[in-house]
Amino acid sequence: MSGATPGPLLEVDGVSVRFGALLALQQVSLTVQPGEVLAIIGPNGAGKTTLLNVISGFYHPYQGRIRFAGRDRTWLRPPDVAALGIARTFQNVALFRGMSVLDNIMTGRLLRMRGNVLLDALWWGPARRQELEHRAFVERIIDFLEIQAIRKTPAGRLPYGLQKRVELARALAAEPQLLLLDEPMAGMNVEEKEDMCRFILDVNDEFDTTIALIEHDMGVVMDISDRVIVLDYGRKIADGTPEQVRKDQAVLDAYLGVAHD
Amino acid sequence: MIYREAGQFKTSYAADQAIFPILQDRMLVTLGILAAFVVPPLVANEYWLQAVLIPLTIYALAALGLNLLTGYAGQLSLGTGGFMAVGAYAAFKLATAFPWLNILVVFGLAGLMAAMVGILFGIPSLRIKGFYLAVATLAAQFFLVWLFNKVPWFVNYASSGTITAPPRTMLGVMVTGPQATAPVRYVVALGVLALFALVAKNLVRGRMGRSWMAIRDRDIAAEIIGVRPLRTKLLAFAISSFYCGVAGAELVFLYLGSAETLAFDITLSFLVLFMVIIGGLGSILGSLLGAAFIVLIPIFLTNAPHHLGLALPVALQKQIELMVFGALIIFFLIVEPHGLARLWQIGKEKLRLWPFPH
Repeated sequence: MSGATPGPLLEVDGVSVRFGALLALQQVSLTVQPGEVLAIIGPNGAGKTTLLNVISGFYHPYQGRIRFAGRDRTWLRPPDVAALGIARTFQNVALFRGMSVLDNIMTGRLLRMRGNVLLDALWWGPARRQELEHRAFVERIIDFLEIQAIRKTPAGRLPYGLQKRVELARALAAEPQLLLLDEPMAGMNVEEKEDMCRFILDVNDEFDTTIALIEHDMGVVMDISDRVIVLDYGRKIADGTPEQVRKDQAVLDAYLGVAHD
Repeated sequence: MIYREAGQFKTSYAADQAIFPILQDRMLVTLGILAAFVVPPLVANEYWLQAVLIPLTIYALAALGLNLLTGYAGQLSLGTGGFMAVGAYAAFKLATAFPWLNILVVFGLAGLMAAMVGILFGIPSLRIKGFYLAVATLAAQFFLVWLFNKVPWFVNYASSGTITAPPRTMLGVMVTGPQATAPVRYVVALGVLALFALVAKNLVRGRMGRSWMAIRDRDIAAEIIGVRPLRTKLLAFAISSFYCGVAGAELVFLYLGSAETLAFDITLSFLVLFMVIIGGLGSILGSLLGAAFIVLIPIFLTNAPHHLGLALPVALQKQIELMVFGALIIFFLIVEPHGLARLWQIGKEKLRLWPFPH
């Protein structure tokens, strides 16, 4: 798949992040091309989640810059990053537990809702119309992810696998250009993983959404990603197609350890 | 339930998003509201209106306001009494400075004033959460009451230090002041409550309510989806304080007639907070139930010994009243920490299946 925009969708250029004395990321550079599925892998503590947090604006790098669709956005806060068209899910599900599934997904539309307090208060005219329009859009996503039966259930009462799916739905509702998934399949059984893989590929296909995901299951990574980036101790050690990365000596060393003789 | 939603299929999202999607609910609620407007003024005596129903409606409005802030937006506040005082003193200043101003407009402007003060004291909420925020709002409570005590301008330099509701008419009927009858004041208070309850429901079921609840449930996830914490929290403080301000103005103008700052001390803040907790955090119905519980139970307890034929010394009865009241609060919180609104919901779900267990 090739997007219309020339050049990469996201450029991370020499980014370093430091927590006190710990260098969580050191000079990491990578690009995300429009339309691709990029997997970020690496051993525990390699800095994968930190990388996502930098991209979504929770941390700011002390070195390097981040460009999205050609514009520099190194210093933006999370809500501004969201407004640019980047959505994400979290490693340990971060749903709004007290709200229904429907309301959770509707929050994904908040950035696209306009309004003023008075019209909202009266539930009248444009306020009511936009509410119904966004509801119709959200229902499409509900259909797409096959969660019709639980739309009125409070999110906190759902089993884990479904919560992950609802979180994906919430991110999708924002119609992001770039979707960041932090371990979308962690703690799932084989069947749930297969479902999730299918959804991710379908999202990539049908919504034309670029996806960057962190995943530990190598089988999944090799199957669904166009490109793989490997992090270790905050450094990027490999970048290539799944086949290339699989044979890369540095990657094998990072995962299996190096013999010291 | 005597009736169910069976057979009521919705064919549009508008119908699905109605406040009462079930036809019978709609009819019952409409009837209930009409009855609330018509029946008490016709049948209730002066005592019931003045000592029970008027304070109940006013407290319900304040509880509604606090529930928007604490129940929906998740910002714990102990400044309710202070914000209500702002409303009351602003209404007093406005009503005496501009005697021709319609009293409802005065209430609205008083609410706006309280909203502005609310925004000011809501600013710390960007940095602090939970109990620490509660302590910060406590500062609002003490500061505001101190301010109204200290600055004689707020009471128009009255030597007594009290503010008195001036007589005002609306549509030719005396609404406030000593000549206003209880039924009239009740109907005005109820009208305001009904309108504001509807507005609150509209706010929480839409854009605004979702951003509030998102901030309450997971602030990090809320930010990543595009909710701006500062704007959202301050708006919650503003709207909540607006409600409390109007309730405070009503407290003086429609209920007490005249008041000093003592009427708005920390006890009031706690009272409204209890209403919200017992009624149910994050529930419009809960705010109303909670206010009813806190207002009605003491009255019930006062009258119970008499009806049981017990003649108790007054002091002893007062003690027992307090003890039973406290025990009841604890009992309800243990049985259902999510409040009366949740009990009501569970009851409805159980009745749907009755007489079968599941």
